[in-house]
Amino acid sequence: MSSVSIRQIRKSFAGLTVLDSVDMEIAPGEFVVILGSSGCGKSTLLNVIAGLDDCDSGQILINDVDVSSLEPSQRGLAMVFQSYALFPAMTVRRNLSFGMEIAGTPKAKIAEKVAWAARLLQIEALLDRKPSQLSGGQRQRVAIGRALVRSSSICLFDEPLSNLDAKLRAETRVELKQLHATLKSTMIYVTHDQIEAMTMADRVAIMHKGRVEQFAEPQTVYEKPASLFVAGFIGSPAMNFLKGHLERTRRFKTHDVCLDASSYGFATEPTAPEAILGIRCEDVNVVERGTPDSMPATLAFTELLGADALGWFDCLGQRFSVKLTVDAARTMQKDVGFRFNMSKASFFSAATERRL
Amino acid sequence: MSHGIQVKRPVFGPRVARIGLYAFLIVSAAFFLLPLLLIISNSLKPLEEIRQGNLLALPVRPTFDAWITAWKSACTGLECGGVRPGLWNSIKIAVPSVAISTLVGALNGYALAQWKSRRANLIMLLVTIGLFIPYQAMLYPTVKILSSMGLFRTYAGIVLVHVIYGLPYTTLLFRNFYVGVPDEISRAARMEGASFLRTFWSVILPISTNILVVVAILQFTGIWNDYLLGLIFAGNDNLPMTVQLTNIVNNARGSVSPNVNMAAAVITAIPTLVVYFLSGRYFVRGIAAGAVKG
Repeated sequence: MSSVSIRQIRKSFAGLTVLDSVDMEIAPGEFVVILGSSGCGKSTLLNVIAGLDDCDSGQILINDVDVSSLEPSQRGLAMVFQSYALFPAMTVRRNLSFGMEIAGTPKAKIAEKVAWAARLLQIEALLDRKPSQLSGGQRQRVAIGRALVRSSSICLFDEPLSNLDAKLRAETRVELKQLHATLKSTMIYVTHDQIEAMTMADRVAIMHKGRVEQFAEPQTVYEKPASLFVAGFIGSPAMNFLKGHLERTRRFKTHDVCLDASSYGFATEPTAPEAILGIRCEDVNVVERGTPDSMPATLAFTELLGADALGWFDCLGQRFSVKLTVDAARTMQKDVGFRFNMSKASFFSAATERRL
Repeated sequence: MSHGIQVKRPVFGPRVARIGLYAFLIVSAAFFLLPLLLIISNSLKPLEEIRQGNLLALPVRPTFDAWITAWKSACTGLECGGVRPGLWNSIKIAVPSVAISTLVGALNGYALAQWKSRRANLIMLLVTIGLFIPYQAMLYPTVKILSSMGLFRTYAGIVLVHVIYGLPYTTLLFRNFYVGVPDEISRAARMEGASFLRTFWSVILPISTNILVVVAILQFTGIWNDYLLGLIFAGNDNLPMTVQLTNIVNNARGSVSPNVNMAAAVITAIPTLVVYFLSGRYFVRGIAAGAVKG
């Protein structure tokens, strides 16, 4: 088990900032997911950690040793690539043993390691095939196997599941999680899929425009997003937002409606009155029109999702998504009222877009 | 009015179209093969039949005499040993030249495909310019350089000239092939601890069979058929077959024997034909194939 420290990493390509002072402290044995949309710098960050790409400034420390100037192979980490990147001309067995051959590992030891990895990943029957004779899921296993055989204490994954079909992806997700529990190595996993991030991660780092917006446990990221971007990025459907004024009396004023925000735990005292209220679709209660302390809302349409349903309403000139039971969605009236569960709401500064 | 899909009847049925296609292909093949047929049929005629002047007539009494003369006793200038000594010279020149220019071109091409910067593009541009300068323009400087190195009209000199003149071409072909090979494969090898050369040798070369064959064939054909460089740089002891063929055809002494000339020409062309026949499958595959999958 190894710790990884990422300190003040900066990188720019032709005037474009790809990584903007990224800081992360990853504990030994932790499963960290780096989540972001395409172009946010997450893959570049992974390549910088691996040593495949250079950074302009900053340090990478593994077990408190600065490895910034070391070759990838000297850093003691393994990597699984998005396209698997198996060596096409080699059999699965040689794909697994190639790294150890280069390192000069004794033959008996190589055979033992390959057998161990093949058993663990159930690819024993495939050992003498070429990558072109394997299905996507099998190639994926071989790629993971190649990363495992060298017993690196840190394993990097670059969107390893994005080329698999939905069912296989869900299965492999669970297997990877189990693998992590068995091997207890430190894993850094890059993805754009928030379900992967939420289900697998011990902690999630959400990246946006080369910066880490929030680095926290998945549930914290969901419940207490650190910025407006995280709030809008995590969760499907996206969080509902309302612009308004936050008064000193802890009342949130928007469109002649006054909401009591006294149950909200402010992290910082708001300096400017302009604020944005964010509320998840499951924290909006639909009540009868005219109920005290409620806002008038009009149903636009409903979506039945099988287990539950989504209602789309217009309220205060804004489109709101609300989680409903299927029965409620079927009998929903057009004119209703909204009440927000304010203890679960989020407030963001309109100026800095950070959580208040 | 019916609303079914309108099927437009073709003017010709599929069978007629197919027959037309084959007819066209056969005519084209005949057009290109006719010179070869003529040269072979005339090389099999004895001299009397040739003197009758009917070029298109098939040999009445076919004989291999002209071939035997061309092979071992036709006069190439002062010596009368046929093209036989030239065959060995050509092999001796072509094999190392093809091998070196292909392998070095592959290494160059891989390095240039991996190196992603503006400078790499500039170097590629310079290499491409090397392709467009005609040999004739470079002859005199090359002669001067080789003389100063003491390699002018030597065996090492002619191989060196072929390798260097071939490199822009091979580098370009390999570079364009390797640009299509996913970068992650090289990166994965680097993660495994493989050096640049080790990656090239163990990972990249084994997936380059098709392009290796294509480049080797093109290089072999070019070097085998080369006349100019062989004439100037090979020196008297290493003259390739093509130079000796010209000497036979242009030999001023004695009578003109078209059958011997034609036989000598066919013998000179046989090695390239053999190479094409043996590796044609790879050749087509390599030209048609893009990069690897998987």
